[in-house]
Amino acid sequence: MARTPDGPPPPPTVQKLRLRYTKRGPLRFASHRDLARALERALRRAQVPMAFSAGFSPHPKISYMGAAPTGAASEAEYFEIGLSARRDPEQVRVALDASLPPGIDVLECVEAVEGSGSLADRLNATRWRIDLPGVDADELSTAVQAFLAQEVVLVAKRTKNGTKDVDAREAVVSAAVAVEAGCAILLVVVRQLTPTVRPDDVMAALAAVADLHPPLPARAVREAQGRLDDSGDVADPLGPDREASSRCQGEPAQV
Amino acid sequence: MTVESLYPRLEPLLAQVQKPIQYVGGELNAQVKPWDDVAVHWALMYPDAYEVGLPNQGLMILYEVLNERPDALAERTYAVWPDLAGLMREHGVGQFTVDAHRPVREFDLLGVSFATELGYTNLLEALDLAGVPLHAVDRDESHPVVVAGGHAAFNPEPVSDFVDCAVLGDGEQVVGDITDVVAAWKEQGRPGGRVELLARLARVDGVYVPRFYAVSYAADGTIAEVRRTRDDVPAKVGKRTVMDLDEWPYPKQPLVPLAESVHERMSVEIFRGCTRGCRFCQAGMITRPVRERTITGIGSMVDAGLKATGYEEVGLLSLSSADHSEIGQLAKELADRYEGTNTGLSLPSTRVDAFNVTLANELSRNGRRSGLTFAPEGGSERIRRVINKTVSKEDLVRTVTTAYANGWRQVKLYFMCGLPTETDEDVLEIAELAVEVIRAGREASGSKDIRCTVSIGGFVPKPHTPFQWAAQASAETIDHRLRILREAINADRRIGRSIGLRYHDGKPGVIEGLLSRGDRRVGRVIERVWRDGGHFDGWSEHFSYQRWVTAAAEELAAFGVDLDWYTTRERTEHEVLPWDHLDSGLDKEWLWDDWQDAISEDEVGDCRWTGCYDCGVCPTMGTDIQIGPTGRSLLPLTPVGR
Repeated sequence: MARTPDGPPPPPTVQKLRLRYTKRGPLRFASHRDLARALERALRRAQVPMAFSAGFSPHPKISYMGAAPTGAASEAEYFEIGLSARRDPEQVRVALDASLPPGIDVLECVEAVEGSGSLADRLNATRWRIDLPGVDADELSTAVQAFLAQEVVLVAKRTKNGTKDVDAREAVVSAAVAVEAGCAILLVVVRQLTPTVRPDDVMAALAAVADLHPPLPARAVREAQGRLDDSGDVADPLGPDREASSRCQGEPAQV
Repeated sequence: MTVESLYPRLEPLLAQVQKPIQYVGGELNAQVKPWDDVAVHWALMYPDAYEVGLPNQGLMILYEVLNERPDALAERTYAVWPDLAGLMREHGVGQFTVDAHRPVREFDLLGVSFATELGYTNLLEALDLAGVPLHAVDRDESHPVVVAGGHAAFNPEPVSDFVDCAVLGDGEQVVGDITDVVAAWKEQGRPGGRVELLARLARVDGVYVPRFYAVSYAADGTIAEVRRTRDDVPAKVGKRTVMDLDEWPYPKQPLVPLAESVHERMSVEIFRGCTRGCRFCQAGMITRPVRERTITGIGSMVDAGLKATGYEEVGLLSLSSADHSEIGQLAKELADRYEGTNTGLSLPSTRVDAFNVTLANELSRNGRRSGLTFAPEGGSERIRRVINKTVSKEDLVRTVTTAYANGWRQVKLYFMCGLPTETDEDVLEIAELAVEVIRAGREASGSKDIRCTVSIGGFVPKPHTPFQWAAQASAETIDHRLRILREAINADRRIGRSIGLRYHDGKPGVIEGLLSRGDRRVGRVIERVWRDGGHFDGWSEHFSYQRWVTAAAEELAAFGVDLDWYTTRERTEHEVLPWDHLDSGLDKEWLWDDWQDAISEDEVGDCRWTGCYDCGVCPTMGTDIQIGPTGRSLLPLTPVGR
């Protein structure tokens, strides 16, 4: 006979919140598991009334999506939480931000509006900014041109089952070069396919097509994450919720 | 003098190493104080990987106690994995603290907490990476004073070449005394240089400065005499004891790392010391007397700690938590307070006692009943009398069966192998016991879905215990007994498949034995092993038995002693032991009598219940056991997350 936990089931989810946060400074070295632990503890410290799953080992209702790789900074990480009691999204944002270490900053919190679709579906591309100290901007431009001119650029990617060749070119929507404070910068919009093409893979592709080898480690920042729009840029993934909730202003929120 | 952060030079290296998050600091409740605002700078090291060192309570307590002083700062440093150590050497980046990434080389003091002797090679690696001379005699005024603490510091002789001093006992108060001495010496313009500073430190109660003691050896290799070389240092160094734990409710703001660590929970120490008298247990011997925190003191630490950390689980820590005089009430009132909050409460491994199942039931009232751990330590009733951890086989089986009947699915049993007087039969009884437990458990729970895990390791005799004279079992003996135990458990597959066996082979224990009961001559072996590439000896993937065996053979030959001499040799009553001039408060004659009682399988009681049996600690140290009950209750509180 299957065992069932004693007592009543946990209270249901009555409100879903969607949050955007950052991974800045030294905390870019945090992995997605490190961030998940930090966020869950911060939610407890901030006394956010989390909804829990049922069963012997109840877990708070949190969905993480599209985490930036360890070592990459981010201005646009997203997660969704389920609450067992309603809260004002802005108050949750402030309380959570205050209980997180500097570098993990909660920038936005909106209520997920029923019928506005899933957040994960709105995250299919990233705009990366990759700082390349010590790299000549002209040399970088030449490499980028060579890369864009290719149909396919295979790079070896380490996976659980050994290395696998992945096409880095297919995922790249656009790539441009800029210079800021004397440092060459690569701006690249990448589609989130499986397996994901990361900044490291883009750099490996530039090495493969143009023999570009930066003298210092590249520093990548995810500047935006969202759905690829018609103009080739990424749209704000919280936009639909924000629009829907402004339409409902003054009315009781849907539960 | 301003000290610059190494972070800008470290950061490019971090992109190239495993788990870089462990090197960046910024943990919740970490502190960074301006360097020039304070007189005394402490670097505190746990000589193992960050994931092991960060949760260490001792280091966390001292970090907070020191940072609360306006005239001091403390930062933490941990052993660096070989991938980063290689890059640091290549790029000339020294050992750094994780808090402000300041170079360890620039601190006034480097405090190192040795929970186990297997961290010694990591100390040498850190000193070398820091650019601090390995040998204390080669350091000058500009180098940090290297201070060893922790349980292994009760015999610091094997590392006496590398440390400047060792601190015996509780650290909360003595770190303040040391800070005062260093601050005054610096303020006065460093009179008399490093030697004068060390002489002043040697006069602080609980501080041992090895260089002021000379050791001479007899023709048979034993110690002839340990003599102080200055008459202004104590002939015998005593330990420090914090008498009122409620006055020291640390850590108040436990550190919460981003990285995963070995203890994903908060701990509250509910008492210190133990009077059970288990003869193998160094912790139980050297931390006497028992000093309880009050139920109200514990209640407020749990509350404040949960608010400060956001942890989901609290461990009620001590050497034998079920022995707290108010534990029943404490468990009930904490479980009441946190009911419905998804906060777990747990006790570490406990004695085999039906009361402990009741306690565990209470603590797990709102959560999981996954696993329960008991520590019978010895396989047979006879060997349990030898080690003074008496429980009958019937009681043991009954207790574990009760646990299964109460819905616990998984019971873990801790044992040791290679105990004094042990035979193959004593160890084989573990298999009988486990089979019996599963058979009775299946009946009591009406389910085949129960498991028993037998966890077993080789016994290492430790200083300041009745077994300090004992012959350690050889690695071959340990491995043989583990093999026959495994065969016995697997003999009946229908039962055996419900029994798990976790064990460690006997080799690391032999090296731990060498380091535990070693003398100053063993320092050469440690240095040689480190020079040959040895470090992270507590990790099986880094530990090399052969490297230690070779180093011991080559470095000890000149002294006419060897690895066996330190490990498998039984000591005689009047042999001068390397730690005889270090006083844990235990009377050496009492320890010898208790050793004799062990051999004749005689038990002693617990002085908490049965009266004093003259171990010597209370009169020597001017202390007494401090226990409740206080008669107080926990105040009602509204906890986090309700």
